[in-house]
Amino acid sequence: MIIGLAHYLSLAAILFTIGVAGIILNHKNIIIILMSVEVILLSVNINLVAFSTFAGDLTGQVFALLILTVAAAEAAIGLAILVAYYRNRGSIAVEDIHALKG
Amino acid sequence: MMYEIIVFLPLLGFLFAGLWGANVEPRTSEAVTTIFLGLSGLLSWGAFFGFAWSADPHALVVPVANWMTSGKLAVDWALRIDTLTAVMLVVVTTVSFLVHMYSIGYMHEDDSRPRFFAYLSLFTFAMLMLVTADNLVQMFFGWEGVGLASYLLIGFWFKKPSANAAAIKAFVVNRVGDFGFALGIFLLFRLTGSVSLESIRAAAPSLVGQTIHVFGMDADALTITCLLLFMGAMGKSAQFLLHTWLPDAMEGPTPVSALIHAATMVTAGVFMVARLSFLFDLSPTALNVVLIVGATTAFFAATVGLVQNDIKRVIAYSTCSQLGYMFVAEGVGAYGAGIFHLFTHAFFKALLFLGAGSVIHAMHHEQDMRRMGGLKDEIPFTFWMMTIGTLALTGVGIPFTSIGFAGFVSKDAIIEAAYASHRPAAAYAFICVVVAAGLTSFYSWRLAFMTFFGHRGDWAHALPHDAHDDHHGHGPAHESPRVMLIPLAALAVGAVFAGMMYKHWFIGGGFEGFWKESLFTAKDNTILEDMEHVPWLVSLLPFLMMAGGFAVAYYMYVVNRSAPATLARSNPLLYRFLLNKWYFDELYDLLFVRPAFWIGRVFWKGGDGAIIDGLGPDGVSARVLDVTRNVVRLQTGYVYHYAFAMLLGVAALATWYLFGGIR
Repeated sequence: MIIGLAHYLSLAAILFTIGVAGIILNHKNIIIILMSVEVILLSVNINLVAFSTFAGDLTGQVFALLILTVAAAEAAIGLAILVAYYRNRGSIAVEDIHALKG
Repeated sequence: MMYEIIVFLPLLGFLFAGLWGANVEPRTSEAVTTIFLGLSGLLSWGAFFGFAWSADPHALVVPVANWMTSGKLAVDWALRIDTLTAVMLVVVTTVSFLVHMYSIGYMHEDDSRPRFFAYLSLFTFAMLMLVTADNLVQMFFGWEGVGLASYLLIGFWFKKPSANAAAIKAFVVNRVGDFGFALGIFLLFRLTGSVSLESIRAAAPSLVGQTIHVFGMDADALTITCLLLFMGAMGKSAQFLLHTWLPDAMEGPTPVSALIHAATMVTAGVFMVARLSFLFDLSPTALNVVLIVGATTAFFAATVGLVQNDIKRVIAYSTCSQLGYMFVAEGVGAYGAGIFHLFTHAFFKALLFLGAGSVIHAMHHEQDMRRMGGLKDEIPFTFWMMTIGTLALTGVGIPFTSIGFAGFVSKDAIIEAAYASHRPAAAYAFICVVVAAGLTSFYSWRLAFMTFFGHRGDWAHALPHDAHDDHHGHGPAHESPRVMLIPLAALAVGAVFAGMMYKHWFIGGGFEGFWKESLFTAKDNTILEDMEHVPWLVSLLPFLMMAGGFAVAYYMYVVNRSAPATLARSNPLLYRFLLNKWYFDELYDLLFVRPAFWIGRVFWKGGDGAIIDGLGPDGVSARVLDVTRNVVRLQTGYVYHYAFAMLLGVAALATWYLFGGIR
């Protein structure tokens, strides 16, 4: 079986969907939301790398590296905010975070 | 220049006391307004002597400024000075000066004296504007100005709910009359194209016989005009049907009652009819109405005065009754007699009111006559002054001569004129005023006997049982300070001599030369001559009535003191009818006040509240609230809901672009 572009794209699509579902369906923990965001970013990376390889253009892979960097920074900031939030509120359960309720 | 000073000095006094009164000692405001009024009064007497006996028959018109000009309507501020004005100037400024002076003593315990004196001066200014008016609009300005000042002064003690209610009542009842007055002015402008007295006078003869279409019928234009104008006079002069405000106006301080509600403002209606005599004299129908209303008022008010127990209310009804006399005189065409009675009445009624004020002052603000008695020895000066006032009011004098107190000369002239007149209503008027003369004598002496004779508490048994405790007439009565007694003495001089001194000029042989053109007398109006030739019994009748009234009062209130109570018990219906003032207040309450409240409530609750607010602002805002309440529920605050919404949005956008979004 030759693994072609379609396989990569399908994997990326599945990962993306899992990530989105993780954000929407998860009612427990904010860390899981952060993880889901990472999954979404990774699925995008897979898309970029796959297209880059098949198109023979390195720009996509460079872009993927950039995204990894941004994702790392984002994860760091996100976790830092979470820690600060936990210190203030004593909980990081998604259900408890609804200060914007109208 | 002199006339401007007379009119505008009180305005200056008002501005000083009103604007500057808070910054200076109250004494300064009192002194400034009183001195200004004194100057004004002196100049008025000068104007009076200058005018009354000058040879020039024409009125002097002093232009002041243009007020407004719009199309044909040209209204100027101008002072019209003739004999009639001069008489009124003298009455107004003299009484006002004396009342200012008296108030210094009477109001000395009050905290807002500058305000009081400012209002008094404002009133005087407005009254002077009224009497010097050269056109009807300016007269209306003064007319409303005195109404305003009256409102402010009745409600001077604005912390008393009853004073506020009385002030509003006076204002509202006067509005009814003023509405008629304004309509009359409009109609006159429509008919003659001018509001100036001179032009209306010139155009008046051409109005005779003109008709005007009113309510689907052709009515005599002149009669309608005069009746509308007279409606204004009825309101201001508290005539029958529009009289209800005057007794309530006694809530104001007593000097106010003396100045506004006895001597000056309430006579504005009498003055207006005399001023417009060139109109009224051409309409016999209107004069008949004036006659009937005046006679009815004279009789009605006198009957109510018989049983009142508040010393000021007795005098208030007496004022009402005497105003009726003045209108009777004008109704029969004897305008000079009406103004003569106005002139003499101003002195003795102001005297009576100020004397009553002195009694009230002495009794520590007790006004109920049933708590008085025996004051003759405690406040002898006030007693003698009040006696002079009573003698003048009841008309004591020597029959068949002109020697007597002021009221004797002027009132008897009116009664004789009523007899001599050939108007259809003259007989009715004659009976009314003769009976009223007897009633006047009775209630005046009743007041004097209850207040000054016997002993304190002689009449306490007549008080309602629950009222025994709240009396505040403690301690012995004390005579008022000299600043209050001097005005009494000055007015007493007027009450004694004004009639004898001026009869010749006001209604006697000097009539023509005195009034000149200021009073109109038609060729066939010979009432002043006719009244000299009435039978001797008619001339004697007022004297007999006066003596009879005195005798009955003396018997009931000095000799046999149980007689009043017995009489009241034996005629309970009549007594209650009189005590409740013919139930006019109750009737008006039922006819006008309650329906007005009801209509007001319907429009307020139903029209304004339910319909306008309900469909307008309140309804719209309620719908907005409904919508936002639903929108708010979308904002749950949960992150995953927002994420889901974003996903839906992205999906929708993607779908849109995929299926035809991008070309």
